[in-house]
Amino acid sequence: MIKTIVSTELPIDEQFRIRKNVIQHGRKDGLRFCVVTGTHGDELEGQMVCYELARIATERIDLLDGTLEIYPALNPLGIDTIQRGIPNFDLDMNRIFPGDPQGTMAEQTAHAIIEDIKGADLVIDIHSSNLYLRETPQVRINVQNSEWLVPFAERLGMDFVWVHDAATVLEATLAHSLNSTGTPCLVVEMGVGQRINHKMCRRLVRGILHLMQTMGMWKDSSIDELPNPLICKGDHVTFLNAETSGVFLTELKCGVNVSKGQTIGQIVDPLCGRVLSTVSSPVDGYLFTIRAYPIVYEGSLMARIFNLPC
Amino acid sequence: MRIETIFEMTSPCRDNFRIQGYRFGEGEKTLAIVGAMRGDEVQQQYICSQLVNRLTMMEQRGEIVRGKSILVIPSCNPFSMNVSRRFWAMDNTDINRMFPGYDQGETTQRIAAAVFSAINGFEYGIQMASYYVPGDFVPHVRMLKTGYEDVETARLFGMKYVTICQPRPFDTALLNYNWQLWDTKAFSVYAGKTDRIDRNTGNETLDAIFRMMKRTGIIHQGSLGVAYDSILIDEADLLHIKAHHAGIFCRLVDAGSRVAAGESLAHIIDPYNGQVLSDVKSAAEGTVFFAHHRPVVFQNALLFMIHVA
Repeated sequence: MIKTIVSTELPIDEQFRIRKNVIQHGRKDGLRFCVVTGTHGDELEGQMVCYELARIATERIDLLDGTLEIYPALNPLGIDTIQRGIPNFDLDMNRIFPGDPQGTMAEQTAHAIIEDIKGADLVIDIHSSNLYLRETPQVRINVQNSEWLVPFAERLGMDFVWVHDAATVLEATLAHSLNSTGTPCLVVEMGVGQRINHKMCRRLVRGILHLMQTMGMWKDSSIDELPNPLICKGDHVTFLNAETSGVFLTELKCGVNVSKGQTIGQIVDPLCGRVLSTVSSPVDGYLFTIRAYPIVYEGSLMARIFNLPC
Repeated sequence: MRIETIFEMTSPCRDNFRIQGYRFGEGEKTLAIVGAMRGDEVQQQYICSQLVNRLTMMEQRGEIVRGKSILVIPSCNPFSMNVSRRFWAMDNTDINRMFPGYDQGETTQRIAAAVFSAINGFEYGIQMASYYVPGDFVPHVRMLKTGYEDVETARLFGMKYVTICQPRPFDTALLNYNWQLWDTKAFSVYAGKTDRIDRNTGNETLDAIFRMMKRTGIIHQGSLGVAYDSILIDEADLLHIKAHHAGIFCRLVDAGSRVAAGESLAHIIDPYNGQVLSDVKSAAEGTVFFAHHRPVVFQNALLFMIHVA
């Protein structure tokens, strides 16, 4: 059943709507599992994940015991205009939660979203990095919620779970706001902005169904156990930033182990045909983020590496 | 006056990115003024250019108090203004949401770190700011409530309003917030407009800044103009008026207008047939503090903020 959770007039003959698909079967008072995506309009992997989940859950509704709610587009105007943010609004949508019913339209929308989702038994908030970075399939969890959420994340079949520090600005994310209300929410990052990686999406769909199965919501015995992810807790991530501006060239993809001193890529000067700087790993570790967009400035994030224990 | 480069970096295919600072006077770090942080803040850039112009003449005439130094950074983001983008053009990040910065971090974090390093330690700090909602303001001084906000010094600008507001999580990376935490008496000055130059409100703002400099003993003389006995308001107490309908927005009053209870402030008209969909009225007598200025509005958009008095 399609439900509209936000409906607002736009100036010229158009209604702004945020919709969800509520798929229910079995126990009406059973568990409620939400999959949300599209907060950032340039992140598209969640579109395929939502499509696959809606298709599978509809075709095999007999396997469902509870309620699956799918929110494919929390920022429909951003998706439609290929913008990360909300058109004509300064702030990142994922920095204005839990919203404000008396605030701007974006803040009112954020408030309505939180009110609709809260109380769910689990929420998966799907992101896909941005145009600039490529990410291995991973779950990100604020350290404040790690004991509570890591056991869920371990069952999602992703490569990596990153328990990161709590920055004050991140208190305004959808996930933090939901977690603060007692609604568990996992943030998934994978792929790169403006593209869809089918293989990664299918993995996440399988992971979500596996998680639902372990929660007793998806009665499919054919789903095998999934591999355990690497789990990073504490300050064990190395950030590599560009030393020079230029054009970044690399042959590497993320999701591989790298050794100390290994070249990740080079920043070059196309005018003079010279190498300006070499990006190399200072540690032995697992490369889970790598620069995707080649034009870089000094300071641009080039890679993130999980320092593997010796 | 001495010009110094606060920050410089190469770019992949443009000229070098530079932030220039203008220093006046000698001695203790007394006042730092930061201009355009975003590429559309032309009013803020204009005001800083006038400040540098006037301070140059005042320094030559010996009108800066001995032992006091002033730093003006007219622009922290010339690259974005040159290509008509509000934020950092490469990744759309906002330098004003990167403070106190990180010199080993991402590009705009590094820019913020360099700016913060240059302006940290001053007794007073003024940022020529713009708001995240589009519209016109009555020129005013704004401070985030951090526990360190200095309302009494804010009144020395003699602007009509001094406002305070409760910071939200996304405000904790603003310059004003961090400047206060690092012991500078920090003030965000809103000069009425952002993406166009209004010389009237610009000159009013310039007068206010020179008035504050005179009253805090930084300069001997200043063209002070007419000062207000500033009204202190908490932004949460302003009357917010929203659009009941979307459509074409025909504004009838400007920021600063005195309005009566029940007075029409704007009409929202149907974009196809011209019918008035909504006659936007003030629920109380007061002064229009903020007025939306885009020609079309969404339903529930914030149209006006009224100071009820």
